[in-house]
Amino acid sequence: MSSITGRSAIDELPGGDGRPPLEADRASTGRLGDRIFGGLATGSGIFVIALVTLVGVFLIAQAVPSLMNNNVNFLTSREWEPAGAEPRFGIVDLLWATVTTSLIAMVIAVPLGVAVALFITQYAPTWLSKPAAALVDLLAAVPSIVYGFWGLQVAGQYFEPVAKGVDSVLGWLPFFDYTGTPSAKSTLAFAGVILAIMILPIITAISREVFNQVPTAHKEAALALGATKWEMIRTAVLPFGKPGIISAAMLGLGRALGETLAVTILLSGLNASDAFRSTIFNGGATFASKIALAANEFDSAQKTGAYIAAGLVLFILTFIVNAAARVVIDRRKAFTE
Amino acid sequence: MSTVSTVGESAPRARTTPTNDDFGGRSGGRAFKDQLARILMWGAFLIALIPLVWILGSTLLKGGHMLLEADWWGKSQAGITARREGGGAVHAIQGTLIQALVTALISVPIGVLTAVYLVEYGRGRLARVVSFMVDILTGIPSIVAGLFIYAVWVTTFGFQRLPIAVCFALTMLMIPTVVRSTEEMLKLVPNELREASYALGVPKWKTIMKIVIPTSFSGIVTGILLGLARVMGETAPLLILAPYTKVIATDLFGGLMGTLPTMINQDRDQTLQPALDRVWGAALTLILIIFLLNILGRLIGRFSKVKS
Repeated sequence: MSSITGRSAIDELPGGDGRPPLEADRASTGRLGDRIFGGLATGSGIFVIALVTLVGVFLIAQAVPSLMNNNVNFLTSREWEPAGAEPRFGIVDLLWATVTTSLIAMVIAVPLGVAVALFITQYAPTWLSKPAAALVDLLAAVPSIVYGFWGLQVAGQYFEPVAKGVDSVLGWLPFFDYTGTPSAKSTLAFAGVILAIMILPIITAISREVFNQVPTAHKEAALALGATKWEMIRTAVLPFGKPGIISAAMLGLGRALGETLAVTILLSGLNASDAFRSTIFNGGATFASKIALAANEFDSAQKTGAYIAAGLVLFILTFIVNAAARVVIDRRKAFTE
Repeated sequence: MSTVSTVGESAPRARTTPTNDDFGGRSGGRAFKDQLARILMWGAFLIALIPLVWILGSTLLKGGHMLLEADWWGKSQAGITARREGGGAVHAIQGTLIQALVTALISVPIGVLTAVYLVEYGRGRLARVVSFMVDILTGIPSIVAGLFIYAVWVTTFGFQRLPIAVCFALTMLMIPTVVRSTEEMLKLVPNELREASYALGVPKWKTIMKIVIPTSFSGIVTGILLGLARVMGETAPLLILAPYTKVIATDLFGGLMGTLPTMINQDRDQTLQPALDRVWGAALTLILIIFLLNILGRLIGRFSKVKS
């Protein structure tokens, strides 16, 4: 499953730079076939580097002209009027909605995902372990748009009492004030819940993988000292798996930040004149959903540039989060080897 | 450790085998916590199953009957309005399959070659950078991939929004999956096989093509199918790059093409029952195709693992 943890042959094998070179690795004969094939393989690798670089370059190149024309500060304005002669657009509202929904998703999905991974690796009877893992993986196979549609049409109505309950207990806090508009299923909170379901499989898969790698000796040592199963998990499994859990959470966060359709379908938009409300029971638009909603209206370069600028911010956010996850994984390697 | 001494004092009789109590005991609190943790873990698993069962249940219940109609597999939505029943999803199914096929045709060679590079050739800094970039590519949101292709294809080159551009965007999302799974499989090929081949004087590229890749072939196929399953449900790039059409369109350079995700998107805000039925039907069809690919991929992976 390292396809999602991002561990690679290069990283796994000892030695300063990759695996110890097999003698025959120099079996390349310098003949034409070898040179062509080696060139193609290296070329593909370089293509991947170029691709990611180009994403950054193109997004920046096309965002900059629009940003130059912007009449308000891109980073501090709440307005979003990218068209016309006097474009005004800023990302504060988008950032708020994106971060809020993603954090809600994390708060739900990380503990749940870790618990499910512990269940699969430590608690489930042997016959159940594999099917359980496969079932949770199936959650990842449901497309984003189906999650959104299902949330709106089916599950959303059951969120109403939840929202009311939270409001009656914690409503005095500005974050949990539920006024009934928009309805509970169109709020950031519910979008966060749906995102949590969507990132659950990735968090579970990575945590599961790390928990499976806990040395049996550690676990048996804990048990031999009289630890209960839970104490064994707390003292042997969780500390070993911590970097893995952190990177799993980061990768989940990366997914949640960029998840588009489910959020687009669920969130109800706000009017430009609406005052900012800090409650999670409010509508809004994330970077991704804002772009998706405008997907058919990229008519002028100025307007397109504004949305590309939003996309650029999203790209940078996910880049940072994913790179951080990668660093954490690399640290773990350094630690265990 | 005061408990040990109290236990010892209150029970002065000689014991040959120590019990839990001698070591502080599995006190009520500890046993309770252990039980509580066990219950919580089972609970977490059951909670995780709820959305899966629920979402599949509602889709089956609300969309199942659409799939039983012959028209669903035989007709497009040409001339059908939201108010009217009937019509099928052939146009969308075809569109999804065509786009997936072309996406696979582009991304599989690049993905497999990149994996070959990482496992067989890559050393040092360049390989690390490639590996890192594959990670970043894995994390790129699909909407950003769509925007990027739009920025290149439409804004820079001035082309129309075309289904082929969707394939490029989906390629970006599929490459990392193919790279990682192929890499995994190539690593499983025992070095002895390579050495044996080299010893016979076979050049490196032939060793890779004739020994390494065939040995791990089924695993690579599994990765490709799982990668396809991932991109087939993507909607965001399609919204940006390929407008929906109700009629059958199979030309990737033709401008409009219906796909299952955009078919869902088209009518998702409808309140009329016939339109909603079709949305559920399309959702179910899409889920079925993706599940099928997943299951197929896993089966191939299970029955033909590289034996190391």
